Amino acid sequence: MTKLTRSMDDCRRTTARLHEAAAKRILVIDGAMGTMIQQHKLGEAEYRGDRFKDWHRDVKGNNDLLVLSQPKIIRDIHAQYIAAGADLVETNTFNAQVISMADYGMEALSYEINVAAAQLAREACDAAMAKDPSRPRFVAGAVGPTNRTASISPDVNDPGFRNVTFDQLVAAYKEQVWGLIEGGSDLILIETIFDTLNAKAAGVATLQAFEETGIELPIIISGTITDRSGRTLSGQTPTAFWYSMRHLRPFAIGLNCALGADLMRPHLAEISSVADTLVSAYPNAGLPNAMGEYDESPDDMACQIEAWAKDGLVNIVGGCCGSTPDHIRHVAEHVAKFAPRKVPTIAPKMRLSGLEAFVAG
Amino acid sequence: MSTTAADTPPSQPSGSAFINVGERTNVTGSAKFRKLIEQGDYQAALTVARQQVESGAQIIDVNMDEGLLDSEKAMTTFLNMIASEPDISRVPVMIDSSKWSVIEAGLKCVQGKPIVNSISMKEGEAQFLEQAKQCLRYGAAVVVMAFDETGQADTKDRKVEICSRAYALLTEKVGFPPEDIIFDPNIFAVATGIEEHNNYGVDFIEATREIKRRFPLVHISGGVSNLSFSFRGNEPVRESMHSVFLYHAIKAGMDMGIVNAGQLTVYDDIPADLRELIEDVVLNRRADSTDRLLEAAQRFKGEGAKKREVDLAWRSATVEERLKHALVLGITEFIEVDTEEARQQADKPLHVIEGPLMAGMNVVGDLFGAGKMFLPQVVKSARVMKQAVAYLQPYLEAEKRASGVTEMPPKGKVVMATVKGDVHDIGKNIVGVVLQCNNYEVIDLGVMVPAAKILQVAKEENADIIGLSGLITPSLDEMCYVAAEMEREGFDVPLLIGGATTSRVHTAVKISPNYNKGQAIYVTDASRAVGVVSSLLSETERKPYIETIRAEYAKARDAHLKGEARKTRIPLATARNNRFSIDWQKTRIRKPDFLGTKTFTSYDLAELVRYIDWTPFFQTWELNGRYPRILDDNVVGTEARRLFSDAQEMLTRMVAEKWVEARAVIGFWPANAVEDDIEVFTDDTRQVRLATLHTLRQQMARDPSRERAHTALADFIAPKETAVADYIGGFAVTTGIGEEGAIEKHIAKTDDYGRIMVKALCDRLAEAFAERMHERVRKEFWGYVKGERLTAEELIAEKYVGIRPAPGYPAQPDHTEKATLWQLMDVERQTSIQLTESFAMWPGSSVSGLYFSHPDSHYFGVGRIERDQVEDYARRKGWAAEEAERWLAPVLNYDPASIKDKAA
Repeated sequence: MTKLTRSMDDCRRTTARLHEAAAKRILVIDGAMGTMIQQHKLGEAEYRGDRFKDWHRDVKGNNDLLVLSQPKIIRDIHAQYIAAGADLVETNTFNAQVISMADYGMEALSYEINVAAAQLAREACDAAMAKDPSRPRFVAGAVGPTNRTASISPDVNDPGFRNVTFDQLVAAYKEQVWGLIEGGSDLILIETIFDTLNAKAAGVATLQAFEETGIELPIIISGTITDRSGRTLSGQTPTAFWYSMRHLRPFAIGLNCALGADLMRPHLAEISSVADTLVSAYPNAGLPNAMGEYDESPDDMACQIEAWAKDGLVNIVGGCCGSTPDHIRHVAEHVAKFAPRKVPTIAPKMRLSGLEAFVAG
Repeated sequence: MSTTAADTPPSQPSGSAFINVGERTNVTGSAKFRKLIEQGDYQAALTVARQQVESGAQIIDVNMDEGLLDSEKAMTTFLNMIASEPDISRVPVMIDSSKWSVIEAGLKCVQGKPIVNSISMKEGEAQFLEQAKQCLRYGAAVVVMAFDETGQADTKDRKVEICSRAYALLTEKVGFPPEDIIFDPNIFAVATGIEEHNNYGVDFIEATREIKRRFPLVHISGGVSNLSFSFRGNEPVRESMHSVFLYHAIKAGMDMGIVNAGQLTVYDDIPADLRELIEDVVLNRRADSTDRLLEAAQRFKGEGAKKREVDLAWRSATVEERLKHALVLGITEFIEVDTEEARQQADKPLHVIEGPLMAGMNVVGDLFGAGKMFLPQVVKSARVMKQAVAYLQPYLEAEKRASGVTEMPPKGKVVMATVKGDVHDIGKNIVGVVLQCNNYEVIDLGVMVPAAKILQVAKEENADIIGLSGLITPSLDEMCYVAAEMEREGFDVPLLIGGATTSRVHTAVKISPNYNKGQAIYVTDASRAVGVVSSLLSETERKPYIETIRAEYAKARDAHLKGEARKTRIPLATARNNRFSIDWQKTRIRKPDFLGTKTFTSYDLAELVRYIDWTPFFQTWELNGRYPRILDDNVVGTEARRLFSDAQEMLTRMVAEKWVEARAVIGFWPANAVEDDIEVFTDDTRQVRLATLHTLRQQMARDPSRERAHTALADFIAPKETAVADYIGGFAVTTGIGEEGAIEKHIAKTDDYGRIMVKALCDRLAEAFAERMHERVRKEFWGYVKGERLTAEELIAEKYVGIRPAPGYPAQPDHTEKATLWQLMDVERQTSIQLTESFAMWPGSSVSGLYFSHPDSHYFGVGRIERDQVEDYARRKGWAAEEAERWLAPVLNYDPASIKDKAA
């Protein structure tokens, strides 16, 4: 299925550089892809490009497809974020698995999209590193939540019902991760986790893909606290969420999306206090206004994130919805002078979870 | 979205290191939950889960392992439902199944980090490692059972060994975090009456201590309710046992348990006397701890006895109600009147049986099944039923002649027999009655029935089930033979095994392997019989039931084999060097008033009544408790009183009308010990040897610091080399002469209650006779304690000087020694008590034994013996070793078959 151009040794060297960089400073992850794409005001024709001009369904809004139909735009966005100071570049693959792609009848393209997306990010990073070999840049293969939830029934009258199974999720995610590995990702970023069970399926899929490809990459897990309840959409507290994902021994655990930096802070602080690994956070540029637009200024956002850095809460920061290269530039500048968070030593105890955390002893 | 506050601290308040796992959402542990799941009522099942969490369960155990369920589907559905209930799903789940497919289905449903319960090395390392790897991938902690390729660990050493091996594999080969490993070193039932089980509590506790010492990060868990399995039905005692066990196990490092948290008694709240008895059992502190706790258990059973009407208001109800009332309460007074009234109302006489009578019996069956009726009541109900049916019989016959309609077909046919060589049948008769009450046809072949006869009748009658009963140890061998014959003749019907010496382990290890075409099943007591038979005859339940039994027996066999291998015995020579020593030079030995024998016929029964030990009488009727306290027992007291008053009434008639004759023979002879044998002489010159009595010596390996001797009965007689003139006595008594005739003459055929009552009373009279005769021996005939003044209670408590051990019982397990006694006293001619080929006494209401007079002589159990002693014993008895092994089979510390295999 895949043509791997890297060996596990190559990956080990890259991973070592990632750890080395993270030990020295707070790393910066890029900002929103969707916001940047929006600025191009693309129409149906641009989304289709030449290759899909006769596609049987409308594809406008299928941002992930752009890696095939408008690769230049995507590569250019990556380059802008790199120029703004991003160390980690997310692939444009938030919805690139068969379950989400079914909305456009493009299930069969999902593998190809992942490979292409990873290659575009790779090219952008490689170009930057050719200019400045002292500053490594990393391709983060992005794995989104899909448009279905494994632990919530879509039918209020039938709480036992599910419209997606764990096995279906594993199959979809595994294909995606294979594609991301083949395209040259340096790490796998399981992000915007609304439902931890989806993420656990992504975890199983990722480990299976690692085992089958022989390529093992660092994993970053990023959950989403959807509102002020302080819970994920599926009801878990941040600590419970961490205990659910901890078995993947991720390079980093953290939060993204849904909240701006100010509202995210207490939940981030909770994770930061319990996680014996690096902590990442990339909030939205505030909350959407009445027009659905994010209007937090780059400086406002950067100041709040600077406070996290100052208080030693984070190892990796960046932006999610509404953030732009300008936001990322400000964030990078504001955190540069602070040392990265020190990973605490957590006593080895059996740590379980339901919606809430449970610690034995 | 979620109902719980956001400011809930990330972990539960500290302080309680012990983790309570809620056990109610488990179809194997909760009948209520099982029913809800079977009916698909998941909403109500959720309520069970919610109650668990509300009452403090920190984790909920979910188990759907029920033969008839689609367990994967049930697990998935229930866990999905839980996910939608934030007040339940806030706690972690324990996914509990013996099937990996069910566990994996569960793992795919929970977003939290659960515990998998359980995996083990049962199927080997490869599967264990694979499953552990999967658990890690799904993100779960894991319970590891102390189970390996050879079976479940029962001793401390095995538990520690298996857990250590599992630990190394998990941490080194899979990278499993040690803190996510929970070992379950197996809690087994104690106080089962089987000596080997006595140390199970200690084994668990000590294994826990050692595992925690070696691997401080791991957790130790266990299914606590297993421990008290022998006290089913006595919740107060069970809960106290759990609490005591946990108290000690937690100190040793146990930190998790599947328990009904709301029901645990606080350790300090347990009455001190009960607590001590329980601690004796749990910590295996004394040999008689089980008996002592059993005796005391009834006192702590709590309330629950129902008051019953005493007035005749029930007579004004409908005839159906009256029949039901009469059946449930066992009232025969009005049965014929009511049956006649029902007959007149019914279209056909058969409808009376099928309608109100069966309806009443179903109520009886249900109440009995639910533990709300006791055995004597059920037998009385049967009496009412039989009387009603007998009354209808002529009408049924007439109807049959007129229409050709046959009787209602029974639910199944059971052929029952007490095996060849054995004469004891009270238990078998009770089982027969209970089965009949439940509309099974029972063909009772009586006692001393050869295998060929049992099989012939079973074939002719097309029996659905065969049931075997036996009381003395040689019957165990005969049962193995019957099973083998069934196999040879191509039977495949289930074979039920019951009776005092039978056991689950013996059935599993010795009988079951002889009968592979069918299945041998041990039935604990009469109250279990209906459940077992109905499962076996149910189209749907039969297969899973037999499979469960097979699996259970296979486990029991494994456990037994391993148990065998490790039980250490010391060489016979070493045991002999540690014999029970008596300073014979300082002992004044009294010469009996006569030497030779003395016979008693038509002994006064009235004199024996006050010597009756009533406790075993109540046990016969499956009412457990010590007389006289049992009469005031909260649960069974009322029924016990009723039974006791019926017994008194019957006993008065038996004595006054001389239904049976009591006979006895006793004898005294000069005797001296030679090694482990006792030589018996014709007279005080001690020149002519009359016989040699053989005894067996204890060989158990003991803690040398405890300084206990390895005793044989021969130690209580002066050895020949001391030149001390010692004596021994013997006796055989019976109160069974005329028993069968009296039953035929005085008790109606339909009155099983009366028939069983007479037999039970004869048994008691025989024991009372042995007690009385022993007393007279001490005071008059041997006269070594002329001034003895003991009450009946003191006699029952064995406060007397000297002993009267019986061949075939713990101090001398060899039944064949009775033959010597018979020859010494010419027992058969003097008393008409005969010995069967298995050395059972006929009539069954007979007792025989030896008399020892030395004040230091005492009752003891020989326990299991080694091959060296068996060979030595065979030589002394003039047997081949194989013959000795056959007679001593129940006390062998080795498997003769496996030794032969090795030699071959």
